Amino acid sequence: MLPQASDYAARVDALFLAVTGVCVAFGVPVMVLLATFCIRFRRGRRVNRRGVTRHTLPWEITWTAVPTLIAIGMFVRAAGLYASLTRPPEDALEIAVTCKQWMWKFQHPTGPREIDALHVPAGRAVRLTMTSEDVIHSLYVPALRIKQDVLPGRYTELWFRATRPGSYALRCAEYCGVAHSRMDGIVVVLPPEGYAQWLRAGGAGPDSTLAARGAVLFRRFGCSGCHRDDGRGAGPSLLGVAGHDVPLAGGRFVRADDGYLRDAILLPARDVVAGYAPVMPSFAGQIGEDELFVLLAYLHALGRAAAPDAAPPATLGPGASGAAAGTP
Amino acid sequence: MTTAALERPQPSYLAAGDTLRSWLLTTDHKRIAWLYLVTITLFFAIGGAAATLIRLELLTPQGDLVSDETYNKLFTLHGVIMVWFFLIPSVPAVLGNFLVPLMIGARDLAFPRLNLLSWYIFILGGAFTLWAMVSGGVDTGWTFYTPFSTMFSNTHVVLTAVGVFVTGFSSILTGLNFIVTLHTLRAPGMTWMRLPLFLWSLYATSLVMVLATPVLAITLVLIAVERIARVGIFDPALGGDPLLFQHLFWFYSHPAVYIMILPGMGVTSEIVAAFSRRRVFGYGFVAVASLAIALLGFLVWGHHMFVAGESFYANLVFSFLSFMVAIPSAVKVFNWTATLYKGSIALDTPMLYALAFIALFTIGGLTGLYLASLPVDVHVTDTYFVVAHFHTIMVGGMVTAYLGGLHYWWPKMTGRRYPETWGRVAAVTLFLGFALTFFPQFALGYLGMPRRYHVYPPEFQVLNVLSSAGASILAIGYALPLVYLIASLRGGPTAGPNPWGARGLEWTVPSPPPPGNFATIPRVTEEAYAYTDADRE
Repeated sequence: MLPQASDYAARVDALFLAVTGVCVAFGVPVMVLLATFCIRFRRGRRVNRRGVTRHTLPWEITWTAVPTLIAIGMFVRAAGLYASLTRPPEDALEIAVTCKQWMWKFQHPTGPREIDALHVPAGRAVRLTMTSEDVIHSLYVPALRIKQDVLPGRYTELWFRATRPGSYALRCAEYCGVAHSRMDGIVVVLPPEGYAQWLRAGGAGPDSTLAARGAVLFRRFGCSGCHRDDGRGAGPSLLGVAGHDVPLAGGRFVRADDGYLRDAILLPARDVVAGYAPVMPSFAGQIGEDELFVLLAYLHALGRAAAPDAAPPATLGPGASGAAAGTP
Repeated sequence: MTTAALERPQPSYLAAGDTLRSWLLTTDHKRIAWLYLVTITLFFAIGGAAATLIRLELLTPQGDLVSDETYNKLFTLHGVIMVWFFLIPSVPAVLGNFLVPLMIGARDLAFPRLNLLSWYIFILGGAFTLWAMVSGGVDTGWTFYTPFSTMFSNTHVVLTAVGVFVTGFSSILTGLNFIVTLHTLRAPGMTWMRLPLFLWSLYATSLVMVLATPVLAITLVLIAVERIARVGIFDPALGGDPLLFQHLFWFYSHPAVYIMILPGMGVTSEIVAAFSRRRVFGYGFVAVASLAIALLGFLVWGHHMFVAGESFYANLVFSFLSFMVAIPSAVKVFNWTATLYKGSIALDTPMLYALAFIALFTIGGLTGLYLASLPVDVHVTDTYFVVAHFHTIMVGGMVTAYLGGLHYWWPKMTGRRYPETWGRVAAVTLFLGFALTFFPQFALGYLGMPRRYHVYPPEFQVLNVLSSAGASILAIGYALPLVYLIASLRGGPTAGPNPWGARGLEWTVPSPPPPGNFATIPRVTEEAYAYTDADRE
């Protein structure tokens, strides 16, 4: 049988069994009645066939209403479980996933990068933020009962909390071209101490975290020239921005999540921050998807550097400057 | 029903000419039905050949029979041909064309020449598609997902899309013809609530054809525009949205699923009534259920996209509506079952097919509940579970119903009987072959084997071998009717006007019917399936 590598997997299986129960409860009586009637009322058998009712309404109401109620019950139960799949905990381990024909790339926040394999600690929530460099793929881990399409040009998310250490298959589930069936990998669930050990062996360290590497990119791409921490550049300071609401020109507010930050870098003219001119050039074609994740990790570090309800970025004092760089 | 008096025997529509010209320029709906029958049988053979190669390849986990590229082209060919060139036209264009005028007491469809044009459009689109797919091949899958299809595939995507685009007009025109015919050409006394249920289901089908097919046409045009002119519509690298394609595609293709299954439900209603000698239980509910399915079918396209990146709330809505679309289908199953009660049941070949349809459609429908349940769908979508689910509906349901209908009306179409024993053997073979082919695939999907996999992990081999073994039995089940039905054309015993003792206007005319169907237009004085207690004794 298929292993259950998480508590969620066990709950999906329980739901699967419940649906099976409903199917049996409806399907078996139908099959039995079909067979019984075919035998009992077979042409040539002497059996009472008189008194065929034309008064079908009570039957119709019954077999419309009962399945409807059961279907609503199934919907509610399924939706409840699904809700837990769409709400990752705040403290989840953030893994950046980039895929392309026909490989999976994973970046851990503390630095290690791996291809076609993902090492995660048991018992801890892991959140995957994913994007594709070419066509649509789909990350599928049967043992965890989870799957999410990975699209080019935007981020999709998936989270899980593996509970049972082991090695589990990872497959691409969305047809993606010639070697689709070979686009596989493994998810290795390690005990927490094993994961820490694996990280050390993989080169994790304060200088190699995504955020630290992002700080380097932030300067190399010239971002730091305009997005000065003191707010006196051509663009807004990015302290306290990521993960918080940002006022836009026109009075709207937008949550500066990964999707918004991504668009702000690649399509900067789309949603300009209030009080700034749309002067930023697009970095589309210059920053790869992997680097974008690295840069985002740094922006998130900046985002954590100031209180959520801080004054608008343009008036932020220089005091918070530099506090965030390098912290994972 | 009032029988049309037949003073002198007229030559049948088959005797009205035997030159090629008499067939290719005919506007007789019955002859056009034959044009479709021959054409879609050829397409079925081509699609089936592709399926055979796929099942052979999947006997082993390694890709040892064909290359990755060839495998991908094979399943694309199989899907495109079977969906657009067999399933969609099957019952409507063959049985519908033959029966709509006969069942309502008309001499032909409302637009006979348009009907012939539909067939020419169909073979034009079909030949074009086939040429594109055989000369170079297409490797996008029948779903043409972007941006793979628009910017990454190096195969004949645009040519294939043009072929499918053209063929769509054939669907639209056939649907239009049926709608107008059913509104305007019903014989005196043939009220809507006296229509045979086959016609209610075709009416619902026609509405979907006319309303949904243009969306497919638009979508295919947009693909061509992006591929040729590089206008950003679906590819994010050009500023497009890949999910937009999926919304447009499934807005057509989900209703298209009902184009493929509703006519099969109609056929089943006719056969169950005829071989039980009973009026279909809850006639009005079965009729309305067809319309309900057609309507709800337009509102559930999002359930193909639960893991595609739709919002949580969109998924909730589509999940709920998907549960609801199961209700009218369930109502039909209950009514068919109840029709058997106190019937006079003859297990002749068409009835065996109809019973197989009910059983397999029930299984196919119930497995849809797993896919409507969001967390289960997340696990099994894009796996063999989904492959098994839709083949149970499409092959177990629709193809079975089509063959059932063909056997039921074959004496009417040809004036000949086929050997009953062989018919029963074929029906049972088909059912067993089907079960062995597709039931293991449900298990494969649950165990995590994605669809469209050329090579697969070795632990899936046993179930794949079972499935391939079943496919070879299924192939025999399909080949048998081809042989004995064709043989019956020459040597079969004559059928007479009503070999099954069935009600319905089509059984009041000679078999095969004369070119104009009715010597005088009948006047209908009773409801459909007016079987009496005496009929059942």
